[in-house]
Amino acid sequence: MSLTPSTSSASPPSARDAASPAVETRALRRTFRVSARGRKDAPAELEALGAVDLRIERGEIFGLLGPNGAGKTTCIKILTTLLLPTSGEARVAGFDVVRDAAEVRRRISLVTGGESSGYGILTVRECLWMFSQFYGVPNREAWARVDRLIDVVGLRERQHSRINRLSTGERQRMNFARGFVSEPDVLFLDEPTLGMDVNAARELRAFVARWVREGAGACAPRRRTVLLTTHYMAEAEELCDRVAIVDRGRMLACDSPPALRRRVQGGQHVELEVLAPDGASLDPAAIAGVPAAWGAPHPERGTRTLKFRLPDGSPLVEVLRRLEQTGARVDGVSTRETTLEDVFIAIVGRALDDPGARTGERA
Amino acid sequence: MSTAPVGATLPGVAGEPRWRRDLALNLRATVARAYVRVIGSLREPTWVMLDAVFPNVGMCAFVLLYRALGAPREFEAVAVLGGILSTYWLNVLWGMGAQLFWEKQQGQLQLYFVAPCSRMAILTGMAIGGALMTTVRSIVGIALGLWVFHIHVAPVGLAELLGIFALTMIALYTVGMTLASLFLFFGREAWHLCNACTEPVYFLSGMYFPIRALGALGVAAAALIPLGLGVDAMRQALLGPGAHALLPLRLEVAALAAFGLLFFALARVALERLETLSKREGKLTQRSG
Repeated sequence: MSLTPSTSSASPPSARDAASPAVETRALRRTFRVSARGRKDAPAELEALGAVDLRIERGEIFGLLGPNGAGKTTCIKILTTLLLPTSGEARVAGFDVVRDAAEVRRRISLVTGGESSGYGILTVRECLWMFSQFYGVPNREAWARVDRLIDVVGLRERQHSRINRLSTGERQRMNFARGFVSEPDVLFLDEPTLGMDVNAARELRAFVARWVREGAGACAPRRRTVLLTTHYMAEAEELCDRVAIVDRGRMLACDSPPALRRRVQGGQHVELEVLAPDGASLDPAAIAGVPAAWGAPHPERGTRTLKFRLPDGSPLVEVLRRLEQTGARVDGVSTRETTLEDVFIAIVGRALDDPGARTGERA
Repeated sequence: MSTAPVGATLPGVAGEPRWRRDLALNLRATVARAYVRVIGSLREPTWVMLDAVFPNVGMCAFVLLYRALGAPREFEAVAVLGGILSTYWLNVLWGMGAQLFWEKQQGQLQLYFVAPCSRMAILTGMAIGGALMTTVRSIVGIALGLWVFHIHVAPVGLAELLGIFALTMIALYTVGMTLASLFLFFGREAWHLCNACTEPVYFLSGMYFPIRALGALGVAAAALIPLGLGVDAMRQALLGPGAHALLPLRLEVAALAAFGLLFFALARVALERLETLSKREGKLTQRSG
């Protein structure tokens, strides 16, 4: 079986394809009208994406990392021609997403985590074949691809099962395979492993990396590119060549994961498991004396994790003393290597899984 | 999970004329979408009861009523033909009109909007699949008419009959293609619209009685509904003078052809408007809660 990247179903490369990056945006902005029920002072417009400049080269796996509401999905919707930008410019494979939407669509595919594509009455094979036809893949090639992808996502034994008889996880794997059946030049993965079990997610990530690698030897327009949105730090760290950290419609940083980590190196990354007094609302930054954030709570122990980077020379005992003054108790202390999550906290000022990340409130 | 590679090479498409590439793409999309409908009718036999047997219950009631009243035999034939065509109208409303709304609720509509094929190709596939599926189901009505009620028909000729049937189907299903966008626009109200378009349209189309019985105003209204013209043209083609026709057959055929063209164009415009609105507002392709 050939590892050579194929031509897309209906998109012979042009000079424009060859010379252009996979994705390029200039001052891309999108606002939404919001209803202000009963609130006269509420803004009439919400800025989901604010003047974003982005350049993704062919052959890259690029990650957009940010909390819900950061603008990741809005960005993907514009790039996949589902949404018009309010202003600015966006090009995919050298084609303008507004003026040349049809050309863009020939070269892309979109997989959204948790989606339920396909008709319950169809089998897995039939469903994947159907979507391949929407991209004009000739029948013989379509069935061959379907068979290969069914193996990749581990649905060989379920290939003749109706979709409405698949488990949620199986259906998600089928949706994932659907994204590859048209052999796109640029693949958009919007939270693709959302809700998947750990093993399935890991294997699908490995497949994405391999799929892009297989295309690396091709001529420039045929190099495969992936734009991934996720709020799983480990996913971005494992998979992406470069990561952009976005929050509230702004791109705050963009670099390779190692380069981003270098920005916050020095000092110690500390995690304290804190049992706060009942009803107490503690300001993590005030306690740590540096940018800090609450991690996910541990309901079984009634504790929360306080995450921060302690600069060189700053004694941990000082933080512990401040915590003690609030009446909180420290149940555990650990230190570790810098991760993308630390970078995120340092840049954004809160953790990705911080509930306040959605609303702008600080925990 | 296997590690089988997925990078096989496709047949080259460079140098292929664009119109040919687009035509092949849209034909494939049409066939694929029609396939869902056809295979669906084979896999869910309960639909046969719901869509073929139940609609014919009304038809049977009318036939028995005409028989009890001693009405001319052609009245029974009029009711049988109306009953058969009513299954198509139900399919147009529920299988075409409400379909895009349903696709949106399934989260599938945005995948259609991202795909390079024309959305009209997908709608055409739905229409062809729906018409084929309903034709299989309408066999129940035909069987009832011919073997249970012993309806006598005198077709004008097989080619003419098939031609008129095809034109009727085109006119009906292009109405469905137009309704698909409109119903999507109206969201949840689509279900009410489907209900609202059932009985009144049956009445105005003279589904179970000779359409002339509606009087001048009713006849004028019926002439504006493709289903009314289609029913009448089919009756003329099968029953001849016994059809108590609304308009001359040639005129009805021309009107059906015009309706087909008009509603196809309207469906296209409605879909383009819908897509533009969707891209501007960012809401129509999202599931509503």
